[in-house]
Order: sequence, then structure tokens, then C-alpha cells
Amino acid sequence: MKASSFGYARPASLAEAFALLARHGEGAKLLAGGQSLIPSLNMRLAAPELLVDLGALGELEGIAPLGQGLRIGARTRHCEIERSALVAERAPLLAQAAPHIAHVAIRNRGTLGGSLALADPAAEWPACCVALGAQIVIASARGERRVAAEQFFKALYATELAADEILVAVEIPPPAPQARSVFLELARRRGDYAMVGLAAQANRTDGQLRDVRLVFLGVGAIPVLARHAMAAIEGKAADAAAIAAAQHELSKDLSPNGDLYTSAEAKLHLARVLTGRALAALAR
Amino acid sequence: MNPMLETTITVNGTRVTRRVEPRTHLVDFLREELGLTGSHTACEHGVCGACTVRVDGEIVRGCLTLAVQANGRAVDTIEGLSDSGEIRDLQAAFHERNALQCGFCTPGVLMTAQELLRTRPAATRDEIRDFMSGNLCRCTGYQSILDAIEAVLIARRQARPA
Repeated sequence: MKASSFGYARPASLAEAFALLARHGEGAKLLAGGQSLIPSLNMRLAAPELLVDLGALGELEGIAPLGQGLRIGARTRHCEIERSALVAERAPLLAQAAPHIAHVAIRNRGTLGGSLALADPAAEWPACCVALGAQIVIASARGERRVAAEQFFKALYATELAADEILVAVEIPPPAPQARSVFLELARRRGDYAMVGLAAQANRTDGQLRDVRLVFLGVGAIPVLARHAMAAIEGKAADAAAIAAAQHELSKDLSPNGDLYTSAEAKLHLARVLTGRALAALAR
Repeated sequence: MNPMLETTITVNGTRVTRRVEPRTHLVDFLREELGLTGSHTACEHGVCGACTVRVDGEIVRGCLTLAVQANGRAVDTIEGLSDSGEIRDLQAAFHERNALQCGFCTPGVLMTAQELLRTRPAATRDEIRDFMSGNLCRCTGYQSILDAIEAVLIARRQARPA
């Protein structure tokens, strides 16, 4: 399978990239790591007239402290997040999730911003960003704006991004001193699409879980915040009764669609299993 | 027809410059422009790993990388690793343990295995299995592939001065 013919531009500045987007409109596609875009070109699911390669924009790369939190450039690759000592210290959820993303050869090229902008419902980074309360930094010729990750994902493969905008960075707030996180995913084979995944974050004080965030991937069109399950465990010690209550509430939060391999009932069951494991791990 | 773009890549240590169509994948560039047919094309959407090559020292999918994206970079293929002797022990172990049947997946498997050997010398058998999960073998020779990689991992570990 070969892609249809397209033009290629490698702008040297964001301003140049905005100008290309303005000129080509919907005919232009932004190329970051290409690990989802190039397969869709190969299969001719997409046929843009122009690829705008963001590879020369150094300002989109790198992981830097932002106060006690983090700013991660959109073109930062999965493998860099996986290896970063700063990420492990300030946003360990991301370090826990990274090894679940596809395979090493793909993590060596795929990027954080590319994954967020595509918004695949089975992707790891969108759920993590919602769990962490991250801000998505979006730029255009009109200026820069920030959108909370929770508001960024709109519908299946649809985000807040307008056609003339570029996702430039993600800002992650500082972790609370008692913060704990767990990332769990079930797939048929390491690196395959998740049947169900869970990005979980909480503060543990005096044996109780507070500010619990349970965000599921692979069970809806966008990352799903399990508000009823979160409320059931909030302020509780994660004992067997509290965990069972949270697991029970999940049916109010999730209405997964079954797919070729996993029925809706099985997905809900697996989500309960992951919830039990995650809450037990957060409480440890 | 979109304009061809002049692209310079250092392939297995040799600088080459060609005019390429933007849509040309790196693996097709290597195979068709340079005749380096050791890197294989199979699924062409990133699933099988047969096209695995190194860009600036890191393995990537040759079918998910455009040749124009490799402009100015260094690319290593199975021919380069084979000629330099970098994976001589790995090749010998595959031979000894019959870690291939038809051999179609083998170049990609060797590229990935060498990345594992270089970056995770302490890997356990389960970690080897995880690391190799992105390379498919349709002859289902996985056990002997894992055996061969594990044997080289242990041999290289023992050979390294403590």
C-alpha cells in the first residue's frame, strides 16, 4: 500500500507553518512523528495535498520544568518521555504509561502532540493528560490559548483544534506531595491496541484516597472520567468494601461499545478488574 | 505530480543524494533507489516490523518514515550491520538454533534484537518477549528466536568486563 502523491514542506518557524496552513486550509496535514498519519496515508484513508513537517521546529521539542510542574513540547517523542528522569519525578503516570504505547521502533518516532491531536480513543496519552489535569497549549497566527485536557477531546477523533491551529505543548501541574499514580492496560499482545486501559491518580493521606481521578481509555469515543466510581472511593480507605462499591458504580460511568474481539460486557468486566487493581495499588 | 526533493542520507556510512518523491517511504528508497533489499516490505502500516532500520542509531519502521524525513540523517540497514560484523554473534546464534524458517522477517527481527542487546543488557526472557512483540514471524518461530537472543544476551553480558 503506497500513499497517494502529496507535496511536502518543512517550515523553519511556527509563523511559516501558520502561513502554510492558511494557504492550504483543509488540504494540509501536519506531520509530527507520523506513526498514525503515515499508516493512514499508506492505506489512502487520508490524501492531503500537502504535508507540513514540524520536524524542524526545535521549540516544539523537549521536557522542561514549569514551576514545580512540567512543560512537554508537542514534538517530544514517546521514548523521550519514557526515559526522562524529570517525568518520572513529576508526572510518573506518563512514565508508567509510555511502555504500553505500541513498540520500541514506533516509540522512537511517535510524539506526544501527535497522539493528542489525533485523539485515538484507545491511545494512552489522552487519558493520562485528563487524569493529570494537564493544559493543552494551542498556537495559531491569532495567538496562543490553553485548554484543559478534560475539555480538549470532543468526540471520536475530534478535538478543540481548529484547522489553523497547532498543538505546541502540554503543561502538567505539580504533583501533590502525597500523589500516587497507576497506569494499567489490557491488550491481546504487548503493544497492541488496548481493550481497556486506566490512568489513575490520587493523593493518599492518613490511609485515605483523596482527589481520585480514574480515566479510562478504549471504552468510549474519548477518554472517560469515571465520576461515579471516583465519588464512591473519595475520602475512603481502599478496603475491599470501598473498592467493590467503586467497581459497582462503574456501570453508571461506562457504556463501552463491543468490538470484534471484546464484547461490551467483557469490557465493563475488565474495567472493573482494572479499577480493583488500580485502587489497591494507589492505597499501598 | 508534486516536485521531487533532493534528499541526502548517510546510508551504512556512505553519503547518497537522490531526488525523491515526498511520498516515498524510507524502506522503498533503500530497496528501489539503492538496491538494499535486505529491509523488507510486508504490511506497510507499521504492524509487522519487517522493514525495521535505524535512523540516527535508533530503530524505526521504514514504512512509517518518509525518505525526505531522513534528509541529513544516518540510516543503518541490515546490510550495514551484517558487513560491519556488529551482529556476527547474533547471526551465528540464529543459525545454530534454527531461529528462522522462511527468513522473511529475519532482517527486521535482527535489527530489533540488536537494539535490545545494546540498550537492555539485563533483560529477562519476559522483557525480551515484550521488546520483540513488534516483529511478526508468520512461520511462528518465536521460541527459537527468543532462545537465540537470550543466548547472545547472556554471552555478551559474560564477555563484558565487570
